[in-house]
Amino acid sequence: MDKQMELLQDTLDMLILKAVSLGPLHGYGVLLRIQQISKDRLEIQQGSLYPALYRLEHQGWITSEWGESENKRKAKYYRLTAAGKRRLQTEAEKWNRMADVIAGILGTTPEEI
Amino acid sequence: MRSWMHAIFLRSRTESEMDRELRFHIEAFADDLVRDGVIREEALRRARIAFGGIERAKEECRDARGISFMESLLRDLRFGLRMLRNSPGFTGVAVLTLALGVGANTAIFQLLDAVGLRSLPVPRPSELAQIEIRGGNRGYGISRLSDSLTYPLWEQLRVHQEGFSGVFAWSGDEIPLGEGARAKSARGLFVTGEAFGALGLSPVRGRLFTREDDRPGCGFPGAVISYAFWQSEFGGLDSAIGGKLLVDGHPLEVLGVTPPGFFGLDVGSSFDVAVPFCSVPAINNSPVLTRRDLFWLTVMGRLKPGWSIARASAQLDAISPGVFEATVPDGYSTKSRDSYRAFRLAAYPAGTGVSELREKYRASLWLLLGITGMVLLIACANLANLMLVRAGKREQEVAVRLALGASRRRLILQLLAEGLMLAIGGGVAGIFVANAFCRGIVWLLSTQRNLLELNLALDWRVLTFTAAIAMVTCTIFGLVPALRFSRSEPSDALKSGSRGMIAGRERFSFQSALVVLQIAVSLVLLAGAVLFVRSFRNLVTLDPGFREKNILIAFINLKPMHLAKPEQYQPFADELLEQIRSVPQVEAAATSTHIPLDGSSWTLGVHIKDLDTWSKFTWVSPEYFQTMEVPLLAGRYFDDRDTQTSPRVAIVNEAFVGNYLGGTNPIGTTMRTVAEPNYPSDVYEIVGVVKDTKYASLRDDIPPESFGLVSQLPAGPPWTTVFVRSSSAPAAVIAALGEKIIQVNPHVRVEFRVFEKDIRNRLIREQTMATLSGVFGGLAALLTAIGLYGVISYIVTMRRNEIGIRIALGASQGNVVRIILRQTLALVAFGVILGLALALPVTQSASSLLFGLRPSDPVTLALASLFLTAVALIASFVPARRATKVDPMVALRYE
Repeated sequence: MDKQMELLQDTLDMLILKAVSLGPLHGYGVLLRIQQISKDRLEIQQGSLYPALYRLEHQGWITSEWGESENKRKAKYYRLTAAGKRRLQTEAEKWNRMADVIAGILGTTPEEI
Repeated sequence: MRSWMHAIFLRSRTESEMDRELRFHIEAFADDLVRDGVIREEALRRARIAFGGIERAKEECRDARGISFMESLLRDLRFGLRMLRNSPGFTGVAVLTLALGVGANTAIFQLLDAVGLRSLPVPRPSELAQIEIRGGNRGYGISRLSDSLTYPLWEQLRVHQEGFSGVFAWSGDEIPLGEGARAKSARGLFVTGEAFGALGLSPVRGRLFTREDDRPGCGFPGAVISYAFWQSEFGGLDSAIGGKLLVDGHPLEVLGVTPPGFFGLDVGSSFDVAVPFCSVPAINNSPVLTRRDLFWLTVMGRLKPGWSIARASAQLDAISPGVFEATVPDGYSTKSRDSYRAFRLAAYPAGTGVSELREKYRASLWLLLGITGMVLLIACANLANLMLVRAGKREQEVAVRLALGASRRRLILQLLAEGLMLAIGGGVAGIFVANAFCRGIVWLLSTQRNLLELNLALDWRVLTFTAAIAMVTCTIFGLVPALRFSRSEPSDALKSGSRGMIAGRERFSFQSALVVLQIAVSLVLLAGAVLFVRSFRNLVTLDPGFREKNILIAFINLKPMHLAKPEQYQPFADELLEQIRSVPQVEAAATSTHIPLDGSSWTLGVHIKDLDTWSKFTWVSPEYFQTMEVPLLAGRYFDDRDTQTSPRVAIVNEAFVGNYLGGTNPIGTTMRTVAEPNYPSDVYEIVGVVKDTKYASLRDDIPPESFGLVSQLPAGPPWTTVFVRSSSAPAAVIAALGEKIIQVNPHVRVEFRVFEKDIRNRLIREQTMATLSGVFGGLAALLTAIGLYGVISYIVTMRRNEIGIRIALGASQGNVVRIILRQTLALVAFGVILGLALALPVTQSASSLLFGLRPSDPVTLALASLFLTAVALIASFVPARRATKVDPMVALRYE
């Protein structure tokens, strides 16, 4: 368990946007893709995945439509919208800046002050 | 917003989609596990566990979708409905109160809508305009209404106007259907040939008139009938077209039927048969179309595209001098002709038609709407009180929910939802109440001779109005308890719930304020009711100067005799009068050219001493004053000395002497009348003075009036009006008189009216206002009494322990009752003072509808205050009595 990290809501949103930006996915597919990319290092509460998807759709960053899954079942596929693409970009930049700052802070040694 | 709509209409679809999506997730997860070698059932179980709480996820999804508000509202409504079902008594009272309040308001609004706001049932009614003389015709010549024009004026106007794509004129009168004495009257509409075309109407059957039908001297080219008449007289059969209709003995071909919604152009009345104007001289047997002094037509037009009312008015103004110059009536004095030449035409919007009814009732209806609005306000205060008491009972429940973390917003929304359910219930029931109410009022306003026909169908305006007031009331009475919750602290509520004291005081003061408001508003309504009732009484009991009791009026039409010359009718009229006098029950009978109090008026200019002035003129037969029991003050009545050839004599009234002769003895004085068509200038000697009698209406001051002898009137008309004083009931006399008249000549047409009833019918507006304001005032007082009863009961419950202690310490029953009644009186005093302050400006707005008393009449205000105080004391006496039954032991145990 300790090598899996829990996610904050905003972060989950960003990861979903990223996952969907690589191609249309159904809910389960989103879960699988994030786990795959993170090499199973991230724990995603499956129950919180769908509220996040619905929220993103309500905000207009992703859209959905019904299609057929790889094993011939009807599934709802999500796809990134233009607004979602912009959102992902700004979120990613924000995240990177934040990570830099925090890494900088954490990397500070007593001598540097 | 769209998402919400989806939530409401497509709720089940989104729910099932969500189900399917989550199911897919779990199955796909399970599939993967199966692929790794887990058995299917175990795989499904693991998938579900890994997913976590499905219901919670769904709930979060719903929230995320942004529709939770609407869904929670729906849930609140369901909850509210359940709560209401649990207390059917409260729900019943609330819905009934609301239904009455909303219904009364809607009914009055429906009438206002029907009379004044609804457009005419023709295409593009907003383009219609009426053409009138600016400022009215000022009673010139013989005029029906102040906006009426003469036929010669219309002919001029039709040629010279430019602003209208089509102009047309219409008028209406009763026309006899059938022949001779068996004829019954139908409502006739006279129209110019282009009228139906300009209105844009198309026939249901056959055809409507065109200009070709309306040629001078046309005789009877045919008739167009209304849809209702077609249904009732021809059974709606196609064979009606081309059939014959007997109008006063002349067969008219039925040409066509107007559309169902078209009632004519006069809102409040309707028509049966339409004929072109060119037929009117033949029907009336007189050359009415060439008369330049007969103002009897309404002229309307449809504006040309691009023309505004203002532009059309300007053009009409420009052509006015020529139009009036070409139609100056003959036989008038120079001064009178000059004032005719100074008339100017103008156009006014007429998209809602014209209506005498509207002019007469608009002020009353707006006032009634105000009154019913106040009744609704009182009803709302009662409901708010009821809701507060209910809320009080639920305080513990609410406190627990608040303490458990329920959001205040949800609680308030829940209460509002409950209010909304009540408002919807009350509104829907109110529409039914309104319809019954409305029909009742129309029935009150209709008299036998004057049937009101209004389109009372619900339209969007009425429905919007009802919905709006239902919403407003819901907000008022639903929000009051809701706001209380929003302020209350759970800890307080929990405590007060156990003690029944602390929070009570605050609510009690609020309830008191509501009752004070109710008393104040009720006082205003009661004061209004008393004003209208007393005003009506003043009119009914007013002495008109003559005795109207046991007087029958017989309208005898000699025209159907079709005599060659006008002067041949007079001997028949005299003969009829003699025959009427010979009927045993008849005490006295006389003819007169004027029926007092029927609104009509006949004025001639007179020159007396050095005065150029005017007087009302009425021509009567010698026994008129004895028949009407009008006392003679000086000189003599008309008698045998006065004949057709003797010098002209006149009897004048007191007002005449007072205004023109400075009260000096007028006997022997002469006056000269100013010439008018058919009334050449003549010298009259005043031979008598009679007591003043009311002239055109009870409300007006008595004008100077002169009476002449009907036998000295140059050319009598082919009809006569006989006033008959009888000794027995009118019904029996009518039969005897009818027989007598038929004996004289079977072609004579006669119609009887009971004078007293006729006068009462003229007071129908006053009577209706008195009835309705009385009913609403009573309703207000009743609602207030209920409200007060509730509050005093509540006070008694609140002060139970205190009263218990007092009784334990030896207070008598009387003492206890006094304590409670004192509290009532304090509330009433506040309410009455506030009410008086409100009543003064409010009743002022009704002053034009009152008669014989001022709006601030102190007796009225005192009566209303006393009545209300009495009602309040009675309402609070019951709970006060209950207070004396308090058992001190039980009461003290509550401490």
